[in-house]
Amino acid sequence: MVAAPEAPERMVGKALKRREDPRLITGGAQFLDDVKLPGMTHAAFVRSPHAHARIASIDASAASSMPGVLGVFAGDDFMDLNPLPAAWQAGGVTNHPVTPRVLAVGEVHQVGDPVAVVVAEDAYQARDAAQAVIVTWDPLPAVVDAKKATEAGAPQLHEEAPNNIVLEWSCGKEADRVDAALAAADVRISHHLINQRLIPTPMEPRGSIARFDPATGDYTLWATSQAPHVHRLLLAAFVFGIPEQKIRVIAPDMGGGFGAKIFVYYDMAATMALSKKLGGRPVKFWEDRSENYMTTTHGRDHITDLEIGAGKDGSITALKVKTWANLGAYFSTIAAGIPTTLYGRMVAGCYKIPNIRVDVVAAYTNTAMVDAYRGAGRPEAAYVIERVCDLVAQATGVDPAEVRRRNFIQPEDFPYDTGVGMLPYDSGNYELTLDKALEQVGYTGLRQEQKRRRGAGERKLLGIGLSSYVEVCGVAPSKWIGLPGEGWGAGLWESANVKVHLTGKVVVTTGSLPHGQGHETSFAQLVSDRLGIPYDDIEIEHSDTQAAPFGFGSYGSRSLSVGGTAIYKSVDKVVTKAMKLAAHMLEAAEDDITFENGVFSVKGSSESSKTIQEVALAAHVGYDLPEGMEPFLDETTYYDPPNCTFPFGTHVCVVEVDTETGGIDMLRYLAVDDVGNVVNPLIVDGQIHGGIAQGLAQAMFEGAVYDDDGQLLTGTLSDYAIPKASQLPWYELDRTVTPTSVNPMGVKGAGEAGTIASTPAVANAVNDAVGHLISGEIAMPFTPERVWRAINAH
Amino acid sequence: MSATASAPVTAISMTVNGKEHSAEVEPRTLLVHFLRDALGLTGTHIGCDTSSCGACVVHLDGDPVKSCTVLAVQADGASITTIEGLAGEDGSLHPVQEGFWEKHGLQCGYCTPGMIMTGAALLERNPHPTEEQIRHELEGNLCRCTGYQNIVRAIQFAAEQSS
Amino acid sequence: MYPEQFEYQRPSSVSEAIGLLTANPDAKIIAGGHSLLPAMKMRLAAPAALVDIARIPELKGISASGDGATIGAGATYRELMDDAALAAAYPVVAETCDKVGDPAVRSRGTLGGSLAHVDPAADLTAVMLALGASVTATGPNGARTIGIDDLFVGLLTTTLEPDEIITSISLPASSAGTKQAYEKHSHPASGYAVAGVAVALQVDGTTCTSARIGVTGAPEYAMRATAAEDALVGKELTAETIAAAAEKATEGLGELNGDVYASAEYRAHLVKVLTRRALTRAAL
Repeated sequence: MVAAPEAPERMVGKALKRREDPRLITGGAQFLDDVKLPGMTHAAFVRSPHAHARIASIDASAASSMPGVLGVFAGDDFMDLNPLPAAWQAGGVTNHPVTPRVLAVGEVHQVGDPVAVVVAEDAYQARDAAQAVIVTWDPLPAVVDAKKATEAGAPQLHEEAPNNIVLEWSCGKEADRVDAALAAADVRISHHLINQRLIPTPMEPRGSIARFDPATGDYTLWATSQAPHVHRLLLAAFVFGIPEQKIRVIAPDMGGGFGAKIFVYYDMAATMALSKKLGGRPVKFWEDRSENYMTTTHGRDHITDLEIGAGKDGSITALKVKTWANLGAYFSTIAAGIPTTLYGRMVAGCYKIPNIRVDVVAAYTNTAMVDAYRGAGRPEAAYVIERVCDLVAQATGVDPAEVRRRNFIQPEDFPYDTGVGMLPYDSGNYELTLDKALEQVGYTGLRQEQKRRRGAGERKLLGIGLSSYVEVCGVAPSKWIGLPGEGWGAGLWESANVKVHLTGKVVVTTGSLPHGQGHETSFAQLVSDRLGIPYDDIEIEHSDTQAAPFGFGSYGSRSLSVGGTAIYKSVDKVVTKAMKLAAHMLEAAEDDITFENGVFSVKGSSESSKTIQEVALAAHVGYDLPEGMEPFLDETTYYDPPNCTFPFGTHVCVVEVDTETGGIDMLRYLAVDDVGNVVNPLIVDGQIHGGIAQGLAQAMFEGAVYDDDGQLLTGTLSDYAIPKASQLPWYELDRTVTPTSVNPMGVKGAGEAGTIASTPAVANAVNDAVGHLISGEIAMPFTPERVWRAINAH
Repeated sequence: MSATASAPVTAISMTVNGKEHSAEVEPRTLLVHFLRDALGLTGTHIGCDTSSCGACVVHLDGDPVKSCTVLAVQADGASITTIEGLAGEDGSLHPVQEGFWEKHGLQCGYCTPGMIMTGAALLERNPHPTEEQIRHELEGNLCRCTGYQNIVRAIQFAAEQSS
Repeated sequence: MYPEQFEYQRPSSVSEAIGLLTANPDAKIIAGGHSLLPAMKMRLAAPAALVDIARIPELKGISASGDGATIGAGATYRELMDDAALAAAYPVVAETCDKVGDPAVRSRGTLGGSLAHVDPAADLTAVMLALGASVTATGPNGARTIGIDDLFVGLLTTTLEPDEIITSISLPASSAGTKQAYEKHSHPASGYAVAGVAVALQVDGTTCTSARIGVTGAPEYAMRATAAEDALVGKELTAETIAAAAEKATEGLGELNGDVYASAEYRAHLVKVLTRRALTRAAL
């Protein structure tokens, strides 16, 4: 028996600085490019300069004999491998997936399509030889616009997909009913929106290093991967046709992902196959940023037509949305789910809209593949519905804040079904975040100042943009999202294993892996509180298929709400077992044992107690266990949530537009978010900051532009404008806390909220500033020239 | 020094983080590749191919440079400090490193070494910068995770430490 | 990210450098390398040899006063910013250097390199036009002086011979202490000038006695806005005369650049606005 230790400090809710940081601030982290293996070779791809062409011939004779070259291979050399898998096809409709092969065979469909690969002793030699491979091309006409791609006479990319259509999908009410409601509306608005194409741009590009072991036939793949287990599954079962256990995937420290590292890419399979061809020498591919821009996935790229019906009071009575989604040259891993489940089913936003319908056409074009990018569908949805609110305000003369208030789903309405096939929203108090935001930003005063400037004819006009958003995180349960429902080709649960070792130290193994989100810190905080074991005694293991039993990975803001809950439940199982053992050790009935702050005590007897560490020791040595109990505190959970979570909030952006140049200054940016309960406020605020920055970037700076021939005009970081420190405002953050009942921690998810909210806040602010001077919509990004042109169009 | 014809390799020597290194390199070898591949100092990162991102910033004779836009042969004879050499010999963190940890100035950490090296050089020239000056001096360093606010705070924190 | 192979030579004097250039017509000069190396990394440029002039002592040094300035071609942007005497007489130089690239670029990039490369979106080209600089170029036949107005002749093209090196840049006494400013619209990604306007005005009381205006970013290469200059000389500098002159800022600039970020039409508008703002800041 020991004296009960002092109650450890509560960790959950604490703004703890991250335990990940020491290695990252000293240069000690190991990113993929830092992995060095004995005998490692380097691959360089020969790429198409054309957006659409037939490959007439490939001549590698000169390249093959260049210094350091170990081999040059073309598409025919990989025909034993299947094309990459289409893991999420849209539910309930016919899809026409055409996925890439390791190397293009016969025809290329985008600039940068790989057609040959060189392996050499070093990366410089590999590039030299790749440049010496001579390919002759028969160029074909290209199409880059999703809507044009579906029109008669457009160049055809794949014969499996007539008219370049990947899928046609709808949700919501019948078209007749929505049309009738539109016809009956007091106010009717037709509008056109473009949600431009973005390039995710994690600061670390992508790459793969593969090593084949000829003795065992096993592969090890080090990859920039947000989902190592999923990559193992897809590569083994679909591309290579080998058992899963023949592949081990390891994701080293990762320099951001933002969605682009969820997918299976050609280079993963290529490096694996090449290592086998080279008899087991490791093969590395590390993309240049310009290769990343050409061939790693892009995001967004929607063309949308809107029909809006509203009452004179600002109530939205009908909404009909038709969207053309550009999926690029091929079907990327989960591309179809983004413009359907994650977009169409979120278009209602925070509002009760009685007659709503969304029709989506997804198309192939001669551009880079488009797939999930931070927010994945929800930013596109928020942009639509939040512009709708402001358009209704403009048409009715009702203040934009009032329009939102008038249409909000109310706290008592939850769980609420928006009628577009999304699971019911879990909880919310939308008006509270709006009220807080308006008050803190000084909304009334800003409106007066706006009016004054307009009246005085000042050169710099003020614009105030609101964005009340709701989004969906921790997408689940499997039976809804999976094949019988929304079409995701697997489950979407998460696993966690918790072991309390003999020494009382805890190792948590999780299928959720961080690429900047601080899981090692947050997860340890929650385990520390639940087990009463010091934070520093808890290790979080991740990112290796040999560690966790399975993991679906990190995306969709699911790590804490799904992965964290799996940990939480494993901890509960550990406590349950430890409780039994403690009762045995204390010779008391289990019902008489309490567990608090890491100590098991007999009720009513402060003398009789055992610490969790003592119990763990007893469990591990196994000298005296209750009848039938297995040794060791080691528990695993596979957690499949009953519903998604739905974070929400209101963001306000205040801009000043220089009407002379069209230049925009962001004067204020204020965010009131509700992500449910918060484990580490420092990390959550950081996630919100970064999310806001990426959303502002879409509104203000970023846009991937192809010319009509399919050449990417924004192909480098000196053309594509990732925002700089000097271009972004100070973020003023606040939050409300509305816990969810979906998971026991009451957490919702914070990784994408900022991005989803902020783009429409800026769009509304800019249109608000100059709305009286322009007709129609200014397209994003709001470059000075675009604003200047809109103002001077009259 | 007389002109040296130099293909295929050139002999160079430089002091990196206080240690002398001599090597023969192809003239085309970028300083960042020399540091990472020849010396194994992988804390200096590569995030672009257009001298835009700043993940590769090191100090060359005290000045911040993008090591992707300097040839190793151009740094012959120079003194280089990389992120690995910024902390004290006893392992005590540089105030800018402290600031990044304290203020959550990093998430994925990929841009961080370049950010820290730029921040340290900034404070050498201007020990008490304004927020605007900090943001201006970071124009050659891109971060995709943080939205920069906590990076600004990190450098402000470091500036306060040295006052 | 991986340049092609080349030969590397590091001469220790200007005459040695010229000998190397004369001997190898495919050789290129490298100083800071901030224009050349990015092109080489993308394999858009592949010189057979590089002649590294960064350490030649003759190319170093800045001496400045109210009577003029002589700047070694190898002076980096940082050295230009840090020279107090230069800043006193020609404040627009430091002001502009602070708007070039980023701190790492300012550590390496050189004035001579900027003028010899004459990137259409460079900044110092416009400033040197406004200040009426001249360059000393040395080749196999010795040194000669080229007025800045005669140096730039086309896109990435100067009147320098392939085996000539700019060794120094001189600023005249007449532009020391003039009213100077540089206004720039930066490209959001590259930081280069979408349009940039440098002005240097001499005034007698409030009357403009001399005006030089350099424009970069918008035209094919940096040029003077002579029509705007002419509209100022002899005039009282008021908001009205400045606005009228600025309206003429694009006259004679030829066809302007346009790209996915900014059209020629918008650049023309920017040149006028920036000219007015630069003149206003300098003079009023």
